[in-house]
Amino acid sequence: MPRKLSNPFSASSSERSGEQRRPSTSKSNRLSQFFSPSQKNKEQVSAQQSLLAMQQLNSSSSPQITAPSLSLPTISLSTATAGEPNSDEPPTTLFSPPSAAETRKRRRMDAQFGPLVSQSHRYVSQDTGEPLVAPVLDEPPYYYVLTTYMSYILLIFFGHARDFFGKRFSSKTTYKSLKAHNGYAPLNDDFDNFYVRRLKMRLDDCFARPTTGVPGRYITLMDRKSTNYNQTYDFTGTYTETLNMSSYNYLGFAQSEGPCADAVEETVNKYGLSCCSPRADAGTTDLALEVEQEVAKFVGKPAAMVFSMGFVTNSSSFPALVSKGCLIISDELNHASIRIGARLSGAVIRSFKHNDMSELEGKLREAISQGQPRTHRPWKKILVAVEGLYSMEGTMCDLPGILNLKDRYKFYLFIDEAHSIGALGPNGRGVCDYFNVDPARVDILMGTLTKSFGANGGYVAAEKTIIEKLKSTNASTQLGESATPSVLMQILASLKLITGELVPGQGEERLQRIAFNSRYLRLGLKRLGLIVYGHDDSPIIPVMLYNPGKMSAFSHEMLKRKISVVVVGYPATPLISSRARFCVSSAHNKDDLDRLLVACDEVGDILQLKFSTGIAGGLEPLPPGVTPEMEQEWRKENGLERVVKPPRWALEDIISQGVRDTKEPLR
Amino acid sequence: MDVQDAQKIVLSGLHVASDAFQKVPGSAVIIRYVQSSYQNDPIRSAFELVLVIFFIRYLLSPSYSTHNKNFVKLTDDEIDELVDEWQPEPLVPAVTAHEENDIERIPIIAGPAGPKSKLANGKTVSNLASYNFYNFNANEQLKERAVATLRTYGVGPCGPPQFYGTQDVHMKTEADIAKYIGTEKCIVYAQAFSTISSVIPSFCKRGDIIVADKAVNYSIRRGLEISRSNIHWFNHNDMDDLEETMKRIALEQTKKKKLTRRFIVTEGLFEIIGDSVDLPRLVELKEKYKFRVILDETWSFGVLGRTGRGLTEAQNVDPTQVDMIVGSLAGPLCAGGGFCAGPRDVVEHQRISAASYCFSAALPAMLAITASETINLIQNNPDILTTCREYTLALRAQLDPRSDWVMCTSAPENPILLLVIKPEIVKSRRLFPEEQERVLQECVEETLSNGVLITRLKTAPFAHTIRPKNEDAWCVQPALKVCATTGLSKKELEKAGTTIRHAITKVMQRRTSAKLSVPS
Repeated sequence: MPRKLSNPFSASSSERSGEQRRPSTSKSNRLSQFFSPSQKNKEQVSAQQSLLAMQQLNSSSSPQITAPSLSLPTISLSTATAGEPNSDEPPTTLFSPPSAAETRKRRRMDAQFGPLVSQSHRYVSQDTGEPLVAPVLDEPPYYYVLTTYMSYILLIFFGHARDFFGKRFSSKTTYKSLKAHNGYAPLNDDFDNFYVRRLKMRLDDCFARPTTGVPGRYITLMDRKSTNYNQTYDFTGTYTETLNMSSYNYLGFAQSEGPCADAVEETVNKYGLSCCSPRADAGTTDLALEVEQEVAKFVGKPAAMVFSMGFVTNSSSFPALVSKGCLIISDELNHASIRIGARLSGAVIRSFKHNDMSELEGKLREAISQGQPRTHRPWKKILVAVEGLYSMEGTMCDLPGILNLKDRYKFYLFIDEAHSIGALGPNGRGVCDYFNVDPARVDILMGTLTKSFGANGGYVAAEKTIIEKLKSTNASTQLGESATPSVLMQILASLKLITGELVPGQGEERLQRIAFNSRYLRLGLKRLGLIVYGHDDSPIIPVMLYNPGKMSAFSHEMLKRKISVVVVGYPATPLISSRARFCVSSAHNKDDLDRLLVACDEVGDILQLKFSTGIAGGLEPLPPGVTPEMEQEWRKENGLERVVKPPRWALEDIISQGVRDTKEPLR
Repeated sequence: MDVQDAQKIVLSGLHVASDAFQKVPGSAVIIRYVQSSYQNDPIRSAFELVLVIFFIRYLLSPSYSTHNKNFVKLTDDEIDELVDEWQPEPLVPAVTAHEENDIERIPIIAGPAGPKSKLANGKTVSNLASYNFYNFNANEQLKERAVATLRTYGVGPCGPPQFYGTQDVHMKTEADIAKYIGTEKCIVYAQAFSTISSVIPSFCKRGDIIVADKAVNYSIRRGLEISRSNIHWFNHNDMDDLEETMKRIALEQTKKKKLTRRFIVTEGLFEIIGDSVDLPRLVELKEKYKFRVILDETWSFGVLGRTGRGLTEAQNVDPTQVDMIVGSLAGPLCAGGGFCAGPRDVVEHQRISAASYCFSAALPAMLAITASETINLIQNNPDILTTCREYTLALRAQLDPRSDWVMCTSAPENPILLLVIKPEIVKSRRLFPEEQERVLQECVEETLSNGVLITRLKTAPFAHTIRPKNEDAWCVQPALKVCATTGLSKKELEKAGTTIRHAITKVMQRRTSAKLSVPS
């Protein structure tokens, strides 16, 4: 139902800038118009020009050239017609050193989005067309497995011992909430709380580190220290700027400068801070509808709806889709929000082994042939729920495999693209784009707008009838708050950048940079000898640590080298496979990744992390004249059939050969 | 011959076996044991033999099967046939005419949500549907602060609070709220709607007991559902019924000598009725029977009390006596997100165990700052609240006593006026809830055509949770929702109130004549 909407921006922006403009025809025109010079900061270079300048800067190999000298032609083109007084300044080609303010601004922008070092550092993220092979999971030597278990046993033993005495003799408040007092039952279950109290508390300072500023290429941490074993923290008042390998900032849209931020500023001034109402009451604005249309267009579905929170998108959509008498078959590694949504829906839930298509088929055959438990009535419908990209493993769902089964078994498919949207595919449109699959074959595409778009919230895209039904039955549209105008505009502007409707070329650059960065870093880490999980093109790169003590050590060692990383352990992962997780972003450039590789090399030696066997990749290159197709034969000839040499490359080789090898199929 | 040979072989075999057995260390003990027990107690030996056989059988049996007895073994061909035959229902049922109507009637606002909003069809209307009570949405100062924040933090924090998503602004907002309400600590969630649905299950587990008001809102219901605790309902705002229930539970537990966590869940201002709870009495009961109180102040935070601190301030209750205060930053405060305030261990526990805090991205910095600022504004200018109350009363005066058809169930200080059709009319006209909704929807449309935007209480999400099975069971009553705002002048509000009243009268009278013309 296309509604004719009056354009909210054109009137005001032309009014304020007081320029004569061509009558705008298309939507993108209208939007770009609204990046026109803003009255507030009366800079001579308009927002659009500075954007162009930035873009040219990024693409040029020498980032030292100042913005004004490069953007001269654009000034003469656009400002001359607008008749601004400053354009009569004679153009000069002499080099003038950047002013202090300019350098500061440049530095600020670079800290949020790194300049591209070389045009060769780009790659298109796309499936090769071969069936998706599950990544090989390398295993550590038994020594590490054993010590990991021993660590946990020790931790649990000491924890219980301290609890035993603490509860009886200590008067500390820690134990107060575990004991019944004054007739109240303890607030926390002793057992439920044990892990948090006794295990997590020891490495608590690796989590929830407070930050300030933009979580872009660099992230600024507020330094803190604890004098009572992480019970409380004191802030030292100092700040550390670290390389950000932790934020879900896939396409680098966490920026406080640039076209998105400019658009958001305009929106705040125009629309205010909030919509003040749920969508079903009076919270539906023209902006929200436009965003929904754009999101739908972007993911390739006829309709979409936007929510103010990603978590709720899942937890409120499942109850609206399935109910009693339906079956949800869910991947065992699915996110908590899917699990909560599924539980609320009242449907029966079964799970299958992560990405295991044969097990999924087995479950489907059993479910369809046996029907509902006890009554044997056929299931009303079966919904298979998977994620596009798994946030802890770095693996993608086997979409072609699932679609093959879907044709045969007639189930409905729900894909949670929380991490994959924007991060995968030649156009950033998620797993469907990556595998070159028609999005119409997937029933429901859900995703979050928090990650790749630098905004907040989530969306659901599907057929029009489904979305209409969801709109009228989904509780969070009826009662929950709607997304704020600022968030909506961030979504809209970043979407338009990705598709190239705004600042053509920039979106493409972002997409190709993240694809290159992901492969480059993954290959580098494998060659160092670390155990890395996940598919080659995924921007989530988990490095296995195993021992719980190494989680905190790794995090601290990295922090010493001014790199912030996320470490994850049980219960988010299986007990023994604690890991560090790097989230690659378009905002990183090769220098950043090299810096990380250097750090990983050192820390890997200190913490004894280099124990990969080579079966998962990172191997020495084949001798000259041998192509990957001939590898089998060559191995047979040289008697190397079963020999896999553990990769332990020297850092210089990794860095010098990385760029070339990243673009080949990784080995 | 053959038989003798066989006998010989068997005997020699037995000899070899018994020799070998006797060579095993400890075999003598077993033999002596078997011999003596066989002689003294043959039944026991037989029993032990059975046990041994059972043990061997158990060891040899196939591993535990997950299929229950009900499992029907089918051949592959049969399964293929069943797969071919199976036809699933459509993913969603078709949109009903009623729903389609509802979707189409959702007003689309072009531009900012303000006291006067422009609709997509070009019409400008007085907006009495938004929770923009104090018109903070148009406050230039707040906008400026938001933009300044944008220029320092960007929009999204790009990560959950546990992984570098906690920013200094969040900590500031948390501290501000805690100081404002007067609790030890506070935790800020990214969305108000899902806050309490997450707070409840992070404390209430299977086996715990929750006593909840029958009229609690949808988010609370969802939280109760996820928690899997034992839930007892008490009649809406009936403190005697509550005491009765609590007494019963306490007695039961003392009898069983079992002490579980016990909670009371209720709202400061009820979302679907609009009235408020008697908090001093509640706290007294809670202390007496040792329950903990989870108070949902989503609609009362920033509204009730002299400086807007909520129900605790309005009814002079020490906020530390309420264990968890949950509220919203998204409504009148014009920011976003929700919060839970309480003692330190209550708050810290949620940081790891509340699902919508752990598994969701943090609140955008701009919204956190806006929340801090608006709280500051209300705190320092309590006149804002006084004005709003005065306006609310003016608006209400046009509706409640004057209208013959509807009455207002909201508390006098509540800027959200919930208007339900008077019970005698419902009774005399036999209006079922569906019918009432239709009538009220007509009222909304009639009002809108006269230039005032109001809305209706959304009861659809409740449909499956509380449809009365029998006549006297409590069910949510459809209502009109009218929100006062200080963005309009008192005159304008009064005029809008009159418009609403006339519209209701018109619709009801039209209905009457329509009813009369069709004799039933």
